[in-house]
Amino acid sequence: MKLTPLFVGAMTLALVGSASAQTLTIATVNNGDMIRMQGLSSAFTEETGIELNWVVLEENTLRQNVTTDIATNGGQYDIMTIGTYEAPIWAKQGWLKPLDALSADSEYDVDDILPAIRGGLSLDSKLYAAPFYGESSFIMYRTDLMEKAGLEMPDAPTWEFIGEAARAMTDRANDINGICLRGKAGWGENMAFLTAMSNSFGARWFDENWVPQFDSPQWKETLDTYLSLMADAGPAGASSNGFNENLTLFQQGKCGMWIDATVAASFVTNPDDSTVADQVGFAQAPDNGLGKRGNWLWAWSLAIPASSQNAEAAEQFIGWATDKAYLDLVAAQDGWANVPPGTRTSLYENPEYQAAAPFAEMTLASINSADPNNPTVDPVPYTGVQFVAIPEFAGIGTNVGQLFSAALAGQMSADDALAQAQDATTRDMTRAGYIK
Amino acid sequence: MARRAPIQTRIGFTVLAWAIALLLFSPILWTILTAFKTEAEAIAAQPTFFPQTFTLENFGAVQDRSDYFKHATNSIIVSLGSTLLGLIIAIPAAWSMAFAPSKRTKDILMWMLSTKMMPAVGVLIPIYLIFRDLRLLDTVHGLTLIMTLINLPIIVWMLYTYFKEIPVDILEAARMDGAELWNEITHVLVPMAVPGIASTLLLNVILAWNEAFWTITLTSGRAGTLTAFISSFSSPQGLFLAKLSAASLLAIAPILLLGWFSQKQLVRGLTFGAVK
Repeated sequence: MKLTPLFVGAMTLALVGSASAQTLTIATVNNGDMIRMQGLSSAFTEETGIELNWVVLEENTLRQNVTTDIATNGGQYDIMTIGTYEAPIWAKQGWLKPLDALSADSEYDVDDILPAIRGGLSLDSKLYAAPFYGESSFIMYRTDLMEKAGLEMPDAPTWEFIGEAARAMTDRANDINGICLRGKAGWGENMAFLTAMSNSFGARWFDENWVPQFDSPQWKETLDTYLSLMADAGPAGASSNGFNENLTLFQQGKCGMWIDATVAASFVTNPDDSTVADQVGFAQAPDNGLGKRGNWLWAWSLAIPASSQNAEAAEQFIGWATDKAYLDLVAAQDGWANVPPGTRTSLYENPEYQAAAPFAEMTLASINSADPNNPTVDPVPYTGVQFVAIPEFAGIGTNVGQLFSAALAGQMSADDALAQAQDATTRDMTRAGYIK
Repeated sequence: MARRAPIQTRIGFTVLAWAIALLLFSPILWTILTAFKTEAEAIAAQPTFFPQTFTLENFGAVQDRSDYFKHATNSIIVSLGSTLLGLIIAIPAAWSMAFAPSKRTKDILMWMLSTKMMPAVGVLIPIYLIFRDLRLLDTVHGLTLIMTLINLPIIVWMLYTYFKEIPVDILEAARMDGAELWNEITHVLVPMAVPGIASTLLLNVILAWNEAFWTITLTSGRAGTLTAFISSFSSPQGLFLAKLSAASLLAIAPILLLGWFSQKQLVRGLTFGAVK
């Protein structure tokens, strides 16, 4: 057997490289709005001559890839799609280039970006990532079931009302659950919901000295309320339900209420996918009369890693993808209901958008009521509404999420889950040097 | 002549074998069926077995969004390239271990195998930094190199097992006839071990084809293989199952066919030496 030709063939194949003009490599997440941007981006290439190389990944894979690349100064990407969790941490590390040119560009109009979102993406008043779409969380509810229960949903309900309504709407015989909430473990899964919920009960992750607070009565009240609500009115197997599972349940008429991302509004009101599209109402996330509501704030945003060799062109693309003209482009192509929401004040003043998106007003109210720089009733040393913007949070949050998910599955009591969360978080924070 | 088992036993074993085979195949079957459903049907609370509305739109959507052929080409280059490169290194190594062993040969073999026991993520940062400095990130040749290194222990082990079955007398006879080392390996050993080399090649092509961790981490678009292609169709928000299934089906189809046509060699490769 002659090996030489095989070797030459293999190496020739392996050495096939790729030529490059000015090309931007963009890492992004596989969400509908991002995929639409990818589809429309040929307009940018035609306009500027800059080629785009798209890397679309599932959220967790994207996070792993971009974190590895930016932490090692790898330079694989010119633009990264990151969230409000990463933006302030990475900016502080010096891993991101500030978007100074865009901030100074009057046509881009940085002041039009919703203040809460802009605050979440800035460090020392400098913008480090431009929001592509923003979201908060709110209540989506079935108007017909609410009416049948003899109740009327206020625009800004309390947790007490939600508990009463959920129990009244539950009809186990017909497989209708009064409320569907996240139960799947993860810092961005059940802990996003529970952390935001805890804010409205006056709880907080840490006091001003970074001491965990799971032994506080506020956390106990939060978890007890969540568990009893889910036991009385939640779906079976809720401890494995995340966004997609609850979306399916709601679309198929199995949920009376669902508290989750505002971006879900367009899915549940889309008659192609949802059997209850014309029976959905919206309300702000509940509160407990303490001045904070249980809603979160998130924005998928575009940022330039410090290692990028094409920073100028990258900022040019970010400007194209996040300015007002892009919203007009999407509206012309796919209609106003499909423009990426939650980033610009002017969008919510646009009567065409208001007419196309019945949930617009409630989305804006939810985004505006979340304050990442002042998320809790009592003072805290961190920023972030449904997360704590420190690098250790992803691990700690997922750990606590697993305990709370186990409590939901009935594998441990609420008291045990809180006690273990307190111990584990205290240990991790001490190791990380926050607690001396 | 061996005594035949009673008919009931044979039927029992046949049913059991079919049941286990179907159980193992069921996730792939489900993926195939889901690829032809609409997104709404794919995620329906009461799942349907056969598509109620048979559609090919998922395949169109997948190709519209991502370049299947580019990813497939990269997969072919990386899996074949890395396996051939691995064979070129492993054949002399396995020859040496099988026919000229030293006191430490067994230890070396165990050490090589032990590198497969460490989780890949444990060496992510050093490998990433090496790739960055050698400008190998997002290159097909870089990926081919890492895949060669990953699969080399398995290739050496498989070939070593095969070579051990070849009588050393034949090689000695060749030497007596004046064959030099190169000729001994290329003209005597390799032709005799062709079935073994073929099954090693097949298995390692499949392993390299399916590798996901390094191919996703070390590439960013240009050198992405089909595993990166599949990964781009999973989403935490919205409906994606039907498109993900279509992408998966497109990605596994070539290797499934290869496995189907070469199952005899594969089974032989995996069970070689198990029964004496």
